[in-house]
Amino acid sequence: MASSPLASARFRTFFLLVWLVIIIDQAVVLYWFGLPAPVAIIDSVISKCFLLLASLAIINMLRFYMPRRENYIHLLSWVLFFTILIALLEGWVLNVVFGNEAGYSQFLHHSLAVRVSLDFLLLSCLILFTVLWFHQKEQQLQEERKDDAERMAKEAELFKLRQQLQPHFLFNSLNSINALIGSRPDEARKMVQQLSDFLRGTIKKEETQWVTLQEEMQYLQLYLDIEKVRFGNRLSTAIEIGENVSEMKLPALILQPIVENAIKFGLYDTTGDTIIKIIASKDENHLVITVLNPYDPETATPQMGTGFGLKSVQRRLYLLFARNDLLQTVGKENTFTTMVKIPQNISTEKIKDKQ
Amino acid sequence: MSKVIIIDDESLARSIVKEYVQKHTELELVAECGDGFEGVKAIQQHQPDLIFLDIQMPKINGFEMLELIEEPPAVIFTTAFDEYAIKAFESHAVDYLLKPFDQIRFDKALAKWQEQKEKHTEKNTKELLDSVSQSPSQSQRIVIKDGSKIKIIPVQDVLYLEAADDYVKVHTKEGYFLKNKTMGHFEKTLPENLFARSHRSYIINITQITRIDAYEKDGHVAVLRTGAKVPVSRSGYGKLKEVLGL
Repeated sequence: MASSPLASARFRTFFLLVWLVIIIDQAVVLYWFGLPAPVAIIDSVISKCFLLLASLAIINMLRFYMPRRENYIHLLSWVLFFTILIALLEGWVLNVVFGNEAGYSQFLHHSLAVRVSLDFLLLSCLILFTVLWFHQKEQQLQEERKDDAERMAKEAELFKLRQQLQPHFLFNSLNSINALIGSRPDEARKMVQQLSDFLRGTIKKEETQWVTLQEEMQYLQLYLDIEKVRFGNRLSTAIEIGENVSEMKLPALILQPIVENAIKFGLYDTTGDTIIKIIASKDENHLVITVLNPYDPETATPQMGTGFGLKSVQRRLYLLFARNDLLQTVGKENTFTTMVKIPQNISTEKIKDKQ
Repeated sequence: MSKVIIIDDESLARSIVKEYVQKHTELELVAECGDGFEGVKAIQQHQPDLIFLDIQMPKINGFEMLELIEEPPAVIFTTAFDEYAIKAFESHAVDYLLKPFDQIRFDKALAKWQEQKEKHTEKNTKELLDSVSQSPSQSQRIVIKDGSKIKIIPVQDVLYLEAADDYVKVHTKEGYFLKNKTMGHFEKTLPENLFARSHRSYIINITQITRIDAYEKDGHVAVLRTGAKVPVSRSGYGKLKEVLGL
């Protein structure tokens, strides 16, 4: 149930002001028609008090019973009911008070029709306003609920996206460690360390957290080192970080799936050695990261280019920036390029927002 | 002595299997392969009794590699994480090793294979392949052996399929390739939004159809963009009309 418009101080002031204006207006009109000033004022106050009571009654009724859209016709009957009630009470009370006043009864009788139609119009305006007010409140509440639901769904989705990326990589790494234990125990120990650091990084970071490119690259390096142990000489990397970009920000853990995709794509699509290039640069208000991997356009299956990793990155970027143009892929000759743009001006607001 | 081959793209993964194999004097490791192409060659050359096969590998995966071999040897699959494949293994009682695995688990898989070999209850890998090829990731392309070359055809590049005895002719812009599968298999596995069976002996890529002409008495032919004409049976005509929204 929405709170009454009377709960708002601004509305109360406005409501009373309008009421006073109507009283004064009626008193002036009555005076103009020849009633003595005190009679005009008292008549006006009495009749508009009834109007005020009817208004309050209507506002409260609407608070507890808001008719459906198709039943708005009921509201008209409310207005009619209250108008007639006011007219009867007004006629009776004013007659009792001013019955002795010369010519008043007759004047009252003549003016009753005008009084009734005016009250009808005023009450109609009031009811229209109140219905609109309650509707707007209802809509606001609905918006809020929708926003809440969306935010929760978004968080759950982000969490899920992150979870799905790990198992294949994790089990293969453990298998490599298993193999190293027998032949090269020192390397096995080193890889356990790298894997632990990498996993710690994954657990520690929130999907909504923002990090500097430098931090993200350190984390990525751990990942690359592990992959190099797994694939040996077949995998090498070239990283180029442009000037003044190390301190630029990006959503945590966004690069790893892109590089993972490039490695898979590169390694699984070619049987030779694979060089993965990672280039970071600045373009106006964007941090631009380009990842290049070799591929064979003849045999590359279409689903690899938009594999799960990239889809999840695309989805994350959309959830964060409401934009679908931030991740682009191009396959040209024997190089597949994945480019991700991270808006920087928005990021500072988001960081504050998230903290 | 039984001949074995290890096929895995990660050298460390091969080395651990090798280590376990070498503990068994009855096994002779005849080859180690880093991808499916090498695997096909080595299997033809050595005719092994048993292979240890990884699934995710460069160019063609383990299943696609097996499809290229006429009489596949016994297989023990090794994989890190592949829910769909594991389900297929379980339903076909083929043994598989989940990485990382130890010598004890390895020996158990080996014992199971030896037992099956003695009792002649070896599992049919063909059935397994049929079941895995229905997974969405497996139905995106067709892998074919063309002489000594291996051809990978993305399904959208297939114009139409034609039954030819025990084989299926896969027609593409570059001509046709033979695949030792049945029409029924392709009808089940090819994406429904792309292919329709127009005739007992034909499956058409519907995106390639430019028009359907009447042909002889109550038959039809579908004319493809390349100009090729594919027979359409009466029931096939109904099906095509439905999928094309005519």
